Amino acid sequence: MHRFANPTRFLRLADAILPWSIAATVLALAAGLVWALVFSPADYQQGDTVRIMYLHVPAAWMGLFAYTAMAVASAVALIWKHPLADLAAKASAPVGACFTFLCLVTGSLWGKPMWGTWWVWDARLTSMLILLFLYLGYMALQGAFDDPQRGQKAAAVLALVGFVNVPIIKFSVDWWNTLHQPASVVKMGGPAIDPAMLVPLLVMTIGFKAYYVTLLLLRIKAEVADAKIRALRLTEIHG
Amino acid sequence: MNGFLSMGGYGGYVWPAYALTFLVLAALGVATVSGLRRKQKTLELLQSSVRSARRRRDDAPASGPGETA
Repeated sequence: MHRFANPTRFLRLADAILPWSIAATVLALAAGLVWALVFSPADYQQGDTVRIMYLHVPAAWMGLFAYTAMAVASAVALIWKHPLADLAAKASAPVGACFTFLCLVTGSLWGKPMWGTWWVWDARLTSMLILLFLYLGYMALQGAFDDPQRGQKAAAVLALVGFVNVPIIKFSVDWWNTLHQPASVVKMGGPAIDPAMLVPLLVMTIGFKAYYVTLLLLRIKAEVADAKIRALRLTEIHG
Repeated sequence: MNGFLSMGGYGGYVWPAYALTFLVLAALGVATVSGLRRKQKTLELLQSSVRSARRRRDDAPASGPGETA
Protein backbone atom coordinates (compact mmCIF):
# COMPACT_ATOMS: atom_id res chain seq x y z
CA MET A 1 0.00 0.00 0.00
CA HIS A 2 2.84 2.38 0.78
CA ARG A 3 3.76 2.22 -2.89
CA PHE A 4 0.97 4.73 -3.44
CA ALA A 5 2.08 6.86 -0.50
CA ASN A 6 4.80 8.21 -2.74
CA PRO A 7 3.46 11.57 -3.99
CA THR A 8 5.46 11.39 -7.23
CA ARG A 9 3.90 8.04 -8.07
CA PHE A 10 0.47 9.40 -7.15
CA LEU A 11 0.89 12.50 -9.30
CA ARG A 12 1.85 10.34 -12.28
CA LEU A 13 -1.17 8.09 -11.69
CA ALA A 14 -3.50 11.10 -11.27
CA ASP A 15 -2.27 12.68 -14.51
CA ALA A 16 -2.90 9.39 -16.32
CA ILE A 17 -6.48 9.09 -14.96
CA LEU A 18 -7.54 12.74 -15.29
CA PRO A 19 -8.08 12.94 -19.10
CA TRP A 20 -10.30 9.85 -18.90
CA SER A 21 -12.31 11.03 -15.91
CA ILE A 22 -12.83 14.45 -17.51
CA ALA A 23 -13.96 12.85 -20.79
CA ALA A 24 -16.31 10.49 -18.91
CA THR A 25 -17.76 13.45 -16.96
CA VAL A 26 -18.48 15.50 -20.09
CA LEU A 27 -19.90 12.60 -22.10
CA ALA A 28 -22.07 11.12 -19.33
CA LEU A 29 -23.44 14.47 -18.16
CA ALA A 30 -24.22 15.62 -21.72
CA ALA A 31 -25.98 12.36 -22.59
CA GLY A 32 -27.64 12.17 -19.17
CA LEU A 33 -28.99 15.73 -19.34
CA VAL A 34 -30.59 15.29 -22.75
CA TRP A 35 -31.96 11.92 -21.70
CA ALA A 36 -33.30 13.19 -18.40
CA LEU A 37 -34.88 16.37 -19.76
CA VAL A 38 -36.11 15.26 -23.19
CA PHE A 39 -36.27 11.53 -23.87
CA SER A 40 -37.25 10.09 -20.49
CA PRO A 41 -40.99 9.92 -19.91
CA ALA A 42 -42.94 12.00 -17.38
CA ASP A 43 -44.13 9.95 -14.41
CA TYR A 44 -47.81 8.91 -14.47
CA GLN A 45 -48.26 10.22 -10.91
CA GLN A 46 -45.58 12.86 -10.51
CA GLY A 47 -45.60 14.36 -14.01
CA ASP A 48 -42.44 16.21 -15.03
CA THR A 49 -41.24 16.74 -11.44
CA VAL A 50 -39.79 13.24 -11.69
CA ARG A 51 -37.00 14.82 -13.78
CA ILE A 52 -35.62 16.27 -10.54
CA MET A 53 -34.86 12.66 -9.56
CA TYR A 54 -32.01 12.56 -12.12
CA LEU A 55 -30.19 15.18 -10.02
CA HIS A 56 -31.50 14.39 -6.55
CA VAL A 57 -30.71 10.67 -6.41
CA PRO A 58 -27.17 10.81 -7.87
CA ALA A 59 -26.40 13.79 -5.59
CA ALA A 60 -27.59 11.80 -2.56
CA TRP A 61 -25.54 8.75 -3.57
CA MET A 62 -22.44 10.87 -4.12
CA GLY A 63 -22.94 12.65 -0.79
CA LEU A 64 -22.89 9.25 0.93
CA PHE A 65 -20.10 7.90 -1.28
CA ALA A 66 -17.83 10.88 -0.65
CA TYR A 67 -18.43 10.61 3.11
CA THR A 68 -17.63 6.89 3.06
CA ALA A 69 -14.44 7.62 1.09
CA MET A 70 -13.56 10.34 3.62
CA ALA A 71 -14.14 7.98 6.58
CA VAL A 72 -12.08 5.17 5.01
CA ALA A 73 -9.24 7.59 4.18
CA SER A 74 -9.41 8.99 7.74
CA ALA A 75 -9.15 5.46 9.20
CA VAL A 76 -6.15 4.69 6.98
CA ALA A 77 -4.56 8.00 8.03
CA LEU A 78 -5.13 7.36 11.75
CA ILE A 79 -4.02 3.70 11.75
CA TRP A 80 -1.19 3.58 9.21
CA LYS A 81 -0.20 7.27 9.18
CA HIS A 82 -0.44 7.13 5.43
CA PRO A 83 0.55 10.63 4.22
CA LEU A 84 -1.71 10.68 1.16
CA ALA A 85 -4.75 9.38 3.07
CA ASP A 86 -5.07 12.59 5.07
CA LEU A 87 -4.88 14.62 1.87
CA ALA A 88 -7.50 12.40 0.18
CA ALA A 89 -9.91 12.75 3.13
CA LYS A 90 -9.41 16.51 3.16
CA ALA A 91 -9.97 16.70 -0.61
CA SER A 92 -13.16 14.64 -0.48
CA ALA A 93 -14.97 16.77 2.12
CA PRO A 94 -15.93 19.93 0.17
CA VAL A 95 -17.01 17.88 -2.85
CA GLY A 96 -19.22 15.64 -0.72
CA ALA A 97 -20.64 18.66 1.09
CA CYS A 98 -21.67 20.21 -2.25
CA PHE A 99 -23.39 16.99 -3.38
CA THR A 100 -25.21 16.70 -0.04
CA PHE A 101 -26.31 20.33 -0.25
CA LEU A 102 -27.62 19.77 -3.79
CA CYS A 103 -29.45 16.64 -2.66
CA LEU A 104 -31.24 18.64 0.06
CA VAL A 105 -32.13 21.58 -2.19
CA THR A 106 -33.31 19.51 -5.17
CA GLY A 107 -35.26 17.32 -2.72
CA SER A 108 -36.92 20.43 -1.36
CA LEU A 109 -37.82 21.61 -4.89
CA TRP A 110 -39.30 18.16 -5.53
CA GLY A 111 -41.08 17.96 -2.17
CA LYS A 112 -42.97 21.23 -2.52
CA PRO A 113 -45.08 20.23 -5.57
CA MET A 114 -45.37 16.51 -4.61
CA TRP A 115 -45.70 16.51 -0.79
CA GLY A 116 -46.98 20.07 -0.45
CA THR A 117 -44.05 21.08 1.76
CA TRP A 118 -40.44 22.17 1.28
CA TRP A 119 -39.26 20.29 4.35
CA VAL A 120 -40.37 17.75 6.97
CA TRP A 121 -38.38 16.75 10.04
CA ASP A 122 -38.53 13.05 9.26
CA ALA A 123 -35.78 10.48 9.53
CA ARG A 124 -34.45 10.55 5.95
CA LEU A 125 -34.38 14.31 5.56
CA THR A 126 -33.04 14.98 9.04
CA SER A 127 -30.27 12.37 8.79
CA MET A 128 -29.25 13.85 5.42
CA LEU A 129 -29.10 17.32 7.00
CA ILE A 130 -26.89 15.86 9.75
CA LEU A 131 -24.59 14.54 7.01
CA LEU A 132 -24.20 18.09 5.70
CA PHE A 133 -23.40 19.32 9.24
CA LEU A 134 -20.85 16.51 9.65
CA TYR A 135 -19.10 17.68 6.48
CA LEU A 136 -19.13 21.30 7.68
CA GLY A 137 -17.93 20.28 11.15
CA TYR A 138 -15.15 18.20 9.62
CA MET A 139 -13.93 21.13 7.53
CA ALA A 140 -14.20 23.58 10.42
CA LEU A 141 -12.28 21.27 12.78
CA GLN A 142 -9.40 20.93 10.29
CA GLY A 143 -8.73 24.62 10.46
CA ALA A 144 -9.43 25.06 14.18
CA PHE A 145 -5.90 24.24 15.40
CA ASP A 146 -2.67 26.16 14.92
CA ASP A 147 -0.94 22.88 14.16
CA PRO A 148 -2.55 21.55 10.94
CA GLN A 149 -1.67 17.97 11.87
CA ARG A 150 -3.62 18.14 15.11
CA GLY A 151 -6.60 19.60 13.26
CA GLN A 152 -6.38 16.84 10.70
CA LYS A 153 -6.31 14.19 13.42
CA ALA A 154 -9.32 15.64 15.26
CA ALA A 155 -11.24 15.91 11.99
CA ALA A 156 -10.39 12.29 11.13
CA VAL A 157 -11.86 11.12 14.45
CA LEU A 158 -15.03 13.14 13.76
CA ALA A 159 -15.29 11.58 10.27
CA LEU A 160 -15.12 8.08 11.81
CA VAL A 161 -17.62 8.78 14.58
CA GLY A 162 -19.97 10.43 12.09
CA PHE A 163 -19.86 7.39 9.83
CA VAL A 164 -22.57 5.81 12.01
CA ASN A 165 -24.93 8.24 10.24
CA VAL A 166 -24.37 6.63 6.81
CA PRO A 167 -26.27 3.34 7.44
CA ILE A 168 -28.90 5.35 9.33
CA ILE A 169 -29.53 7.40 6.18
CA LYS A 170 -29.67 4.30 3.99
CA PHE A 171 -32.14 2.40 6.19
CA SER A 172 -34.07 5.40 7.56
CA VAL A 173 -36.85 4.85 5.01
CA ASP A 174 -37.29 1.25 6.24
CA TRP A 175 -36.94 1.87 9.98
CA TRP A 176 -39.26 4.86 10.35
CA ASN A 177 -42.46 6.06 8.73
CA THR A 178 -41.67 8.90 6.43
CA LEU A 179 -42.96 10.93 3.52
CA HIS A 180 -39.85 9.92 1.61
CA GLN A 181 -40.32 6.97 -0.70
CA PRO A 182 -38.46 3.73 0.11
CA ALA A 183 -35.48 2.46 -1.88
CA SER A 184 -36.42 1.65 -5.46
CA VAL A 185 -33.09 1.03 -7.18
CA VAL A 186 -30.81 -0.81 -4.74
CA LYS A 187 -33.18 -3.31 -3.15
CA MET A 188 -33.90 -7.01 -2.83
CA GLY A 189 -35.51 -8.43 -5.96
CA GLY A 190 -34.05 -5.85 -8.34
CA PRO A 191 -34.95 -2.25 -9.12
CA ALA A 192 -38.62 -1.23 -9.04
CA ILE A 193 -38.18 1.49 -11.61
CA ASP A 194 -38.83 1.41 -15.33
CA PRO A 195 -35.73 1.07 -17.57
CA ALA A 196 -36.80 4.25 -19.40
CA MET A 197 -36.04 6.08 -16.14
CA LEU A 198 -33.40 3.77 -14.67
CA VAL A 199 -30.99 4.10 -17.61
CA PRO A 200 -30.81 7.94 -17.63
CA LEU A 201 -30.55 7.82 -13.82
CA LEU A 202 -27.53 5.52 -14.06
CA VAL A 203 -25.96 7.64 -16.81
CA MET A 204 -26.30 10.77 -14.64
CA THR A 205 -24.82 8.80 -11.71
CA ILE A 206 -21.80 7.86 -13.83
CA GLY A 207 -21.43 11.54 -14.78
CA PHE A 208 -21.58 12.66 -11.12
CA LYS A 209 -19.13 9.95 -10.07
CA ALA A 210 -16.66 10.78 -12.85
CA TYR A 211 -16.88 14.45 -11.84
CA TYR A 212 -16.20 13.48 -8.22
CA VAL A 213 -13.11 11.48 -9.27
CA THR A 214 -11.89 14.43 -11.38
CA LEU A 215 -12.34 16.95 -8.55
CA LEU A 216 -10.84 14.58 -5.97
CA LEU A 217 -7.67 14.04 -8.03
CA LEU A 218 -7.28 17.78 -8.73
CA ARG A 219 -7.82 18.61 -5.04
CA ILE A 220 -5.31 15.96 -3.86
CA LYS A 221 -2.79 17.39 -6.34
CA ALA A 222 -3.40 20.82 -4.80
CA GLU A 223 -2.93 19.36 -1.29
CA VAL A 224 0.34 17.68 -2.34
CA ALA A 225 1.57 21.03 -3.69
CA ASP A 226 0.46 22.70 -0.45
CA ALA A 227 2.38 20.16 1.65
CA LYS A 228 5.51 20.80 -0.44
CA ILE A 229 5.06 24.57 0.00
CA ARG A 230 4.84 24.17 3.79
CA ALA A 231 7.92 21.92 3.85
CA LEU A 232 9.92 24.39 1.73
CA ARG A 233 8.89 27.31 3.94
CA LEU A 234 10.10 25.38 6.98
CA THR A 235 13.50 24.70 5.40
CA GLU A 236 13.73 28.38 4.44
CA ILE A 237 13.22 29.36 8.04
CA HIS A 238 15.37 26.71 9.68
CA GLY A 239 17.81 25.92 6.89
CA MET B 1 -41.00 24.32 -27.06
CA ASN B 2 -43.35 26.07 -24.63
CA GLY B 3 -44.45 22.70 -23.31
CA PHE B 4 -40.81 21.75 -22.74
CA LEU B 5 -40.11 24.94 -20.80
CA SER B 6 -43.27 24.71 -18.70
CA MET B 7 -42.50 21.07 -17.77
CA GLY B 8 -46.19 20.24 -17.46
CA GLY B 9 -46.65 23.20 -15.13
CA TYR B 10 -43.74 22.22 -12.89
CA GLY B 11 -41.11 24.34 -14.69
CA GLY B 12 -40.83 26.53 -11.59
CA TYR B 13 -39.43 23.53 -9.69
CA VAL B 14 -37.60 21.55 -12.36
CA TRP B 15 -35.54 24.37 -13.92
CA PRO B 16 -34.29 25.91 -10.64
CA ALA B 17 -33.17 22.41 -9.58
CA TYR B 18 -31.15 21.97 -12.77
CA ALA B 19 -29.81 25.55 -12.77
CA LEU B 20 -28.69 25.37 -9.13
CA THR B 21 -27.03 21.98 -9.60
CA PHE B 22 -25.14 23.30 -12.62
CA LEU B 23 -24.09 26.49 -10.80
CA VAL B 24 -22.88 24.72 -7.64
CA LEU B 25 -20.97 22.02 -9.52
CA ALA B 26 -19.43 24.55 -11.93
CA ALA B 27 -18.39 26.87 -9.08
CA LEU B 28 -16.79 23.93 -7.26
CA GLY B 29 -14.88 23.02 -10.43
CA VAL B 30 -13.65 26.59 -10.97
CA ALA B 31 -12.59 26.90 -7.30
CA THR B 32 -10.77 23.56 -7.49
CA VAL B 33 -8.84 24.39 -10.67
CA SER B 34 -7.94 27.95 -9.62
CA GLY B 35 -6.81 26.71 -6.19
CA LEU B 36 -4.59 24.08 -7.80
CA ARG B 37 -3.07 26.63 -10.25
CA ARG B 38 -2.40 29.11 -7.44
CA LYS B 39 -0.61 26.51 -5.31
CA GLN B 40 1.42 25.19 -8.24
CA LYS B 41 2.54 28.73 -9.05
CA THR B 42 3.51 29.43 -5.42
CA LEU B 43 5.41 26.15 -5.29
CA GLU B 44 7.34 26.95 -8.48
CA LEU B 45 8.29 30.42 -7.22
CA LEU B 46 9.39 28.98 -3.89
CA GLN B 47 11.40 26.19 -5.51
CA SER B 48 13.23 28.59 -7.84
CA SER B 49 14.01 30.98 -4.98
CA VAL B 50 15.35 28.10 -2.87
CA ARG B 51 17.47 26.93 -5.83
CA SER B 52 18.95 30.39 -6.45
CA ALA B 53 19.61 30.89 -2.73
CA ARG B 54 21.45 27.57 -2.66
CA ARG B 55 23.45 28.51 -5.76
CA ARG B 56 24.45 31.85 -4.19
CA ARG B 57 25.60 30.08 -1.05
CA ASP B 58 27.53 27.45 -3.01
CA ASP B 59 29.17 30.03 -5.31
CA ALA B 60 30.23 32.28 -2.47
CA PRO B 61 33.95 31.90 -1.64
CA ALA B 62 34.54 30.00 1.56
CA SER B 63 35.25 32.52 4.24
CA GLY B 64 36.89 31.74 7.50
CA PRO B 65 39.22 28.84 8.18
CA GLY B 66 37.92 25.30 8.06
CA GLU B 67 34.55 26.14 6.57
CA THR B 68 33.38 23.99 3.72
CA ALA B 69 30.58 24.95 1.37
